[in-house]
Amino acid sequence: MADVSIRNVRKSYGKTEVVHGVSLDIPDGTFVAILGPSGCGKSTVLRMIAGLETITAGEIAIGGQVVNALEPRERGCAMVFQNYALYPHMTVADNIGYALKVAGVAKAERRRRVEEAARTVELTEFLDRRPGQLSGGQRQRVAMARAIVREPKVFLFDEPLSNLDAKLRAAMRLEIRRLHNRLKATSVFVTHDQAEALTLADLVVVMNAGTIEQIASPRDLYRHPASRFVAGFIGSPPMNMMPGVITAGGGVEIAGGGRLAIDLDDFDIEIGRAVDVGMRPEDVILDSRMQDAAATGQPALAFTAELTEELGATRLIYGKSGARDFAIAMPASSPQLPHGQVTRVHAAPARIHLFDQTTGLSLRNVARAQAQ
Amino acid sequence: MIERTPILNFVTHAILLSGLVILLLPIFIVLIATTHDLPTVNTVPMPLWPGSHMLENWSAAWTKGDFARALVNSLVVAVGVTVGKITIAALSAFSIVYFRYPGRTVLFWLIFITLMLPLEVRIVPTYAVAADALRPIKALFSLGNIDIGLPEWNLLNSYTGLILPLIATATGTFLYRQFFLTVPEELCESAKMDGAGPLRFFWDILIPLSATNMAALAVIMFVYAWNQFLWPLLVVNKPHMMTATVQLDRIVPGPLFGQPPIWNEAMAATLIVMIPPLIVVIMLQRWFIRGLIQSDK
Ligand SMILES: Nc1ncnc2c1ncn2[C@@H]1O[C@H](COP(=O)(O)OP(=O)(O)OP(=O)(O)O)[C@@H](O)[C@H]1O
Ligand SMILES: [Mg+2]
Repeated sequence: MADVSIRNVRKSYGKTEVVHGVSLDIPDGTFVAILGPSGCGKSTVLRMIAGLETITAGEIAIGGQVVNALEPRERGCAMVFQNYALYPHMTVADNIGYALKVAGVAKAERRRRVEEAARTVELTEFLDRRPGQLSGGQRQRVAMARAIVREPKVFLFDEPLSNLDAKLRAAMRLEIRRLHNRLKATSVFVTHDQAEALTLADLVVVMNAGTIEQIASPRDLYRHPASRFVAGFIGSPPMNMMPGVITAGGGVEIAGGGRLAIDLDDFDIEIGRAVDVGMRPEDVILDSRMQDAAATGQPALAFTAELTEELGATRLIYGKSGARDFAIAMPASSPQLPHGQVTRVHAAPARIHLFDQTTGLSLRNVARAQAQ
Repeated sequence: MIERTPILNFVTHAILLSGLVILLLPIFIVLIATTHDLPTVNTVPMPLWPGSHMLENWSAAWTKGDFARALVNSLVVAVGVTVGKITIAALSAFSIVYFRYPGRTVLFWLIFITLMLPLEVRIVPTYAVAADALRPIKALFSLGNIDIGLPEWNLLNSYTGLILPLIATATGTFLYRQFFLTVPEELCESAKMDGAGPLRFFWDILIPLSATNMAALAVIMFVYAWNQFLWPLLVVNKPHMMTATVQLDRIVPGPLFGQPPIWNEAMAATLIVMIPPLIVVIMLQRWFIRGLIQSDK
């Protein structure tokens, strides 16, 4: 077990730089998920930790030792690949034990450890089979056992669940988490599935186009996205976004009509500033004073429902606010919203997010947000 | 599309059978010819029923051709070529596919070009080298007018001389390269993570995975080397180094010398020479098919 420290690491293929200076400290025993859209450089970062890619600039240290110049085998990492990468001609037992065999572990000891690892992932009865005779989920377990058996300092996972069907994926997700709770080994898990990242990880790293957008716990990531990108990437359906201007008296005037109340002390902003306003579908509140709201001047947005999706416990309502797409999520037990009818909606001031229009960074006052 | 109707079954089997008959008929006639004495073989038409002289024809052919010796020579050459070829092909393809070094592509194309230069085309220079294996080095030094006084290293009338030139072709390298390119990259990375060095990966992973390829290449190379005629004829002039195919030529006395061919013995010799490659094909074919069924990448 060891901590992993990534310091200003860059990666270029020829002239094109694909990872632009990434820094990340992973404390010992932490489960970190690297989350981001396809092609953002997640795998590249993981492979640089593993030693499968050279590090163009910067430093990676595992357990305090800089590993830039070390071979993969000297780094003490075990990796689970997306397509499992099992050796097709070896039995499950040989697959699991190969690393030990290469390391020169005696046969009896090797057998004991292989059986133990197989027991951990419930594979004992399959030890004599070949990978070709296993189902996808079982192969996945072999890949896990192969990593476990080496007792590595760091576990690396590159989208290990993406080849499984939805149900199995959820089950394996739980198993991976359970395994981590038991082994307490530092783990880095690459995925583009936010549900995976949010449920598995202690710490989520959101990457975009070769840079880190935010490093936070799943809860903070959801509640306090550090940038417009993170806000739009985390949560499904994505956060509603609209441009607006800060007005005096704790309000934000939405372009195209409507007004929302905010708590000016929560943000580092000045009156008259143009911002992007974000509101999660599940934070939207239907205005109970529907008809006379305009008369009382209560801040709200106009919303016209167009489409309803029942998802069991929740109901998603898609529609328009002015000319913009807008989504609302509410409990399935709440009353139906008739399509085509204009409704007024707002959100609690604490649940409204503001982002700088050019940099996309959150304007939330960090000190206050943390105090909450 | 698989269709099963009695009529179609009958037709396909009939076609299959007639193909088999067409293939086997000449060999059958050869076999019959070895069972008659010379006058009977030379009658027209030759009888298609076996005669009673089989043993004496076969033993005459065996002693005349000195096959006890020649078959061993052929076996050594064929096995040598097969093993050497597979080793070199696998290693060179491994280097080309899995290592990044300058000149790698050039190297591959240089090897590839030899596909266009079969032994028959380069037979004169090859013979010159076989006559003195150090000659290319000497030639290189003599360009700079240096005589480094290397001894002459003659490969004529030796197994080395028979085997080496037959190993140097690109087919195997090419076959292995294509195979290695189909092996998923993650296997290599996985082996790296497991701590296996390049040779370990080659030996533990690539070689077992390519067993099917190896069987195919072995069959092809064994038969190819066994059937070589021109090269052994050139580099060997001592009787004890003759290969079986060259000996065949000696059993059928040329009409130039006024002798009628002794067909019954010649046919027996032909069959003797055919048997070892046949055994190799049959043996490896079973293995080959098993490999096809089991392996899944
Ligand atoms: N060998 C390579 N040569 C050149 N460019 C590469 C190479 N490998 C990756 N890239 C580029 O680097 C970028 C990051 O790739 P990477 O594989 O890390 O993405 P990723 O975030 O893992 O995406 P995905 O979710 O699709 O796996 C991509 O734009 C890709 O095109
Ligand atoms: Mg990837």
